[in-house]
Amino acid sequence: MAASHLSGGRVNLAILREAARKELLECLDKCDGTKAVVWDEQLTGPFGLIAEYSLLKEHEVDKMFQLRPGRMPAANVNNIIFLCRPKLALMEIVAQNILKEEETGGSRKEFHIFFVPRKSLLCEQKLKELGVYGTFSNVDEYTLDLIPFDSDLLSMEIDSTFRDCYLEDDMTSMYYAAKSLMSVQALYGIIPTVCGKGDCARHVADMMLRMRRELAGTEPQITPQIDCLLLLDRTVDLMTPLPTQLTYEGLIDEIFGINNTSVKLPPEKFASSKQQTGGPQEMPTEPKKLVLNSAEELYAEARDRNFHAIGPLLSRKAKLISAQFEERHGAKTVGEIKQFVSRLPHMQAAKISLANHTTIAEMIKEVTDSDHFMESLTVQQEFLNGIDTDKVNPYIEDCIARKEPIIKILRLVCIQSVANNGMKQKTLDYYKREILQNPNDISYVFSGYAPLSVRLAQFLARPGWRSIEEVLRILPGPTFEEAQRIPVGLRKKRTSVGGGSESPKVTLVYFLGGVTYAEIAALRFLSQQEDSLSDYIIATTKIINGHTWLEGLMDTLCPAPFPDSSSTSKSKGRR
Amino acid sequence: MAHVTGDWNPLGQVFYRKQEIYSMGWRDIDLDKFVVAAAPYGGPIALIRDETKLVRVQGSIRPVIYIYTSSGREISSIRWNSGHVIHLGWSCSEELLCVQEDGSVLVYDIFGQFKRTFSMGTEAKEMKVRDCRIFNSHQGTGLAVMTSSYRIFMVNNVDEPRIRRMADVPGLDAPPSSWVVISQDRQSRVLLARENDLYLLDHGGQYSRQLAPVSQQVEAYTEMAVSFNNKYLALFTNTGLLWIGSSDLERAYCEFDTKCPQRPKQLAWCGTGAIVGYWENILLMVGPGKDYVKYNVDSTVHLSHLSHLSHLSIVPQVWYRCYSRLLGEHTADSGPREGLCKVVWCGTGAIVGYWENILLMVGPGKDYVKYNVDSTVHLVPELDGLRILSNYSHEFLHKVPNGSIEPGAMLYEASREFQNGSPKADEYIRMIQDRLQVAVDQCIQAAGCEHEPTTQRMLLRAASFGKCFLSDMNPEPFVRMCRMLRVLNSVRDFTIGIPLSCAQLEQLSMPVLTDRLVLRRQYPLAIRICQYLKMPDAEGVSRILAHWACYKVQQTPRDDVTRPQLLEYEPKSAEQVPLLMKMGRDQLALAKAVDSGDTDLVYTVVMHLKEKLTLGDFLMTIRNLPTAQSLYLQYCKEQNREMLQDLYYQEDNFQESANCRVMDSYNETRMDERLRALQQAQEAYTKARNEFAAKVTEEQVRLLKYQMRLEEELKRPYLDLSLHDTISQLTTEGNHKLAEQLRKEFKVPDKRFWWLKIQALAEGSDWAELDRFAKSKKSPIGYEPFIDVCLKHQNRYEANKYVGRIADPAKVKAYIKIGNLEQAAETAMQQRSEEDLNLVLSKCTSSHRVLAEKISTMKAQLSSKK
Repeated sequence: MAASHLSGGRVNLAILREAARKELLECLDKCDGTKAVVWDEQLTGPFGLIAEYSLLKEHEVDKMFQLRPGRMPAANVNNIIFLCRPKLALMEIVAQNILKEEETGGSRKEFHIFFVPRKSLLCEQKLKELGVYGTFSNVDEYTLDLIPFDSDLLSMEIDSTFRDCYLEDDMTSMYYAAKSLMSVQALYGIIPTVCGKGDCARHVADMMLRMRRELAGTEPQITPQIDCLLLLDRTVDLMTPLPTQLTYEGLIDEIFGINNTSVKLPPEKFASSKQQTGGPQEMPTEPKKLVLNSAEELYAEARDRNFHAIGPLLSRKAKLISAQFEERHGAKTVGEIKQFVSRLPHMQAAKISLANHTTIAEMIKEVTDSDHFMESLTVQQEFLNGIDTDKVNPYIEDCIARKEPIIKILRLVCIQSVANNGMKQKTLDYYKREILQNPNDISYVFSGYAPLSVRLAQFLARPGWRSIEEVLRILPGPTFEEAQRIPVGLRKKRTSVGGGSESPKVTLVYFLGGVTYAEIAALRFLSQQEDSLSDYIIATTKIINGHTWLEGLMDTLCPAPFPDSSSTSKSKGRR
Repeated sequence: MAHVTGDWNPLGQVFYRKQEIYSMGWRDIDLDKFVVAAAPYGGPIALIRDETKLVRVQGSIRPVIYIYTSSGREISSIRWNSGHVIHLGWSCSEELLCVQEDGSVLVYDIFGQFKRTFSMGTEAKEMKVRDCRIFNSHQGTGLAVMTSSYRIFMVNNVDEPRIRRMADVPGLDAPPSSWVVISQDRQSRVLLARENDLYLLDHGGQYSRQLAPVSQQVEAYTEMAVSFNNKYLALFTNTGLLWIGSSDLERAYCEFDTKCPQRPKQLAWCGTGAIVGYWENILLMVGPGKDYVKYNVDSTVHLSHLSHLSHLSIVPQVWYRCYSRLLGEHTADSGPREGLCKVVWCGTGAIVGYWENILLMVGPGKDYVKYNVDSTVHLVPELDGLRILSNYSHEFLHKVPNGSIEPGAMLYEASREFQNGSPKADEYIRMIQDRLQVAVDQCIQAAGCEHEPTTQRMLLRAASFGKCFLSDMNPEPFVRMCRMLRVLNSVRDFTIGIPLSCAQLEQLSMPVLTDRLVLRRQYPLAIRICQYLKMPDAEGVSRILAHWACYKVQQTPRDDVTRPQLLEYEPKSAEQVPLLMKMGRDQLALAKAVDSGDTDLVYTVVMHLKEKLTLGDFLMTIRNLPTAQSLYLQYCKEQNREMLQDLYYQEDNFQESANCRVMDSYNETRMDERLRALQQAQEAYTKARNEFAAKVTEEQVRLLKYQMRLEEELKRPYLDLSLHDTISQLTTEGNHKLAEQLRKEFKVPDKRFWWLKIQALAEGSDWAELDRFAKSKKSPIGYEPFIDVCLKHQNRYEANKYVGRIADPAKVKAYIKIGNLEQAAETAMQQRSEEDLNLVLSKCTSSHRVLAEKISTMKAQLSSKK
């Protein structure tokens, strides 16, 4: 994949990708000979954004597998490389893979494991316990932290951050966040101003300042390209991720799910456009995969708009494109025709892009026009406006009774709770009881979800960053501002007084615990304002929406079958 | 003065040279009575009394391990009071490895300070270790032990011992004839001989039989040696045949009949070209072209040769030819007859066998050199040669760099003549004018091989002299060599005693050398070397000063105040914390780890504490640091549920304890266990004053019991359904009484019950019952859901029945839902709702033209009435 879309912003994020690629190749080159890479499923997406398969092939990666329990597929290679997150559960699978592989014999293989982004003592210990640690020729780490998603967007793509930090009090991912900021500073210079809001933000800032001290003067001598860092806890604004997002990109994410900038769509909708090519075309069975980033002109324009504005935008574009195609009739001289032909590829691409997005918009409209979407939206709006937030909501009740997806229900309950500044015990118990008596498909236990007790006086629907000082005062968690000293020689030269042409500041906004596309859109909107004082780069631990966010807070429980009650052993599989 | 090349010996096409590097500084040491372990790269020598040799007991019976420098200066001694040591060896970081019979390996530094210990596993401990090999692996220093059950266990890196069991040799019930470790392609394997069968074993439980391409019938391979680079192998048979070939046994280079059936004491490689054997007072070196050289170790004989030949030394090649011819006459019929004591490779060039007092060096081309030795010697293979350690001296046997040496020798002579003010200098230079560059390079190289500074100086002077006649000479090699030799000479000094060669230092690298000096506490020299070589402070002087400071601090015993104080200056927590742990300042280490935010570091301390402290103390310690505690909780959640319960119990955290029990209950595979877990959870919830959760848990228990009864009575599965689904299933099956009973018992709210019931009835297509239910009383959820469920099961007829019951405002929509647009329009008209009329109109398609017109008329009527 080309990375041109990463270099379009004020700060060239392609450099970050380049650094990550280099390190990956260094890791691979530690292993001599042909290789098979076994991926932790969670990493395939992010890695796709760093290095394409052909590049890995150049470094003798012949095979790629997903990390699965049991025996791994046969591969005639010298090295087997495991690339995974440092999670204990994965270690068991890795061990199983190795033991089975050694059982089969065959050609002798070297085993390597690279933890992403960091090695973990516990994992190493676990591998020792499982008796496979000695088998590894390399136990190392690949410090891939922030992955560039777009010219203004970075994400670590670590799922469990919010849960770990706020429920389990495990700040490991905050340590990773601080490390990631050190990587950013190593490439783009020390960020002079660091401010933030919330406990985690304070923690990350402390670690970051400490890590700089540890560098003890060996830091790279680069003029700062980023002027300000703003660290924000997810807890500062718990409301925003909950209601359904209504921007174009937000809706795509809500309905189809965007993972690592690509979306998988039902293939049948895209089949019709090809039918003209003739022949009995088979229905494609693989989902249609589209990459969504600013490299696509139309998408860059459409993604942050409210969905209502998408229809007019698309029709305007359609007219424009057909007008462009019409120009060929006007082209008379050879020169004019040549000029037209040279524009053709671009126009073709625009046409395909338009067709795709028209299809997507149609699919979204089907959903947004449905009754249940409208009803749910209405209830959300009521809650947001503070209407009837203090009593049991009949719509939520009906949803439970109708066995609507549990997350949809929980999302509504959470909105109600946050909007009502916590819920009455009685109301909450009522919901809990209803859900417990009627769980959908699998039993879920909700791990004492913090928002119910967190006092949130006000939420930022569209954060007004310029007045942030005043707003922040009423939000939970400490507020801070720190200055990092920059050597004089590296400080930015102030343009002379009266010049006035000074470009706006660059601010890196780091959301600890996740950020939604709607928030990204809001920040982009701010950047685009003419009187904007700052350009924004957004970094986060994970791009979320209400669904994925709550999913991360849940434990899935599935009752173990009773081997002794033979009469019931059949038909136990839940739908 | 003697000529530079005076002590060179040709072995086929190449030359070998044995030069004394030290006369040993130790007194009254008879190597014959000791087990010797000498570290490569001119490292230290460890001695322990050989228990298999009878000695007069003097005083203490406790054995002592002596550690000497290569020059024979005593560094330290260890009074051994642990188990029976069966093997001594050195790691690549110059740590002494003492392998005990019980498989434990004790690690000491060169000052005899105990560092750590590790075990080779329980099996080794139980079966006892009978034999051991220490080798260089791709990961560092490896160690392999053979138990008395002839099973081999191996670690590839003694710093990170991960034990691997090697494959068993089938039917091995007696000691193998011989075995070695071959470390190649990032893998360490064992080559083992059972009589004449060779086996290659690896750690994956695989073994393969190997065949060595030996031309004669072999009864048993009694000794083996692998070259320093693991590429070459020498095998020695019980008939005295020495086979030299590649370590993969693919290629045979040479077979040499030593005519000596006895197993050698030591067999060593010397470079890649020759092997040396050791007999009574004779060293024999064999080279590629069946040429051989005999050395009498008796130095007077040796010198007389030199004095005889010195006048020929102007043109060395001539000298060599004469010399080898001479020696050939001498040794033609003096085959070794004594028992070979030891076979060792000499670098990668030649292999050296050592019998009582005879060293035999044999090259891959069947050439050999024989050296006599007058006392017991010990052979230490190096990458570029072989060190021969005897009671009184320490010698280095090595290959002389390849290539013609003629122009170099001429240049050397020219330089000497020039210094003497003789015009011959010009003559010589003219003779080699077109090969001057080669000559200069040769002189530089030759200087590198020299141990004697005056000779080095002479050769370098010659190179420098030659340089004057070259216009575009790159000065770099010359400068580099001068620097290197200065460093080498300083560490070779008797007081330091590290007899490194140029090639060894290049392999070892300068930073490692300074490390080794630090290890020997030679701080000033290390610093001077760093300054001389202009190394960056961070890896040079500052680093050494830091080591010195650490040592100084350690010197003052139990200085618990200064040490942590000094450590406060360390900004890197990752460095600070392990040190604090080492000092036993665990609390502080934990606090620092927590401060750093590095959770892995916190876990490191937590796990260390868990091992070190009793459970109670451990829990109390981490209790004081919430971060550490919650991390440990997190760990327990995944790995140790019982401990998790203990922790919650200790903290009186009943809520979490109960949650945890609920989750665990789902993993129970027996009903009584699950019920018990849930009951415990219920009790804990009660203690946590979470009445709601307690109640709900109690209900779950009741539900499970209820479901068990249902299963027994109805012989259908109900277990693990939710309450809702249980009632739903009962309703679908027509068991309305039981469903009603459950509803009452668990107080299912009316609204949801209605939803549930109509869905279940529709599911079971029980339309009559649905109708009856609709009429039983007023629906709390309205009647639209009735229509919805009917439509869901494609029953428009039934759906139609309920439209009448729907409240007016929703009626129009209901009619639309069931597809009765006409009725919808009528109703809308009755209700005088223009909005609804529009809605109906919007649903009209081309097939509804008549209706559409009718609606338009209605709308007109409505507006006219207004």
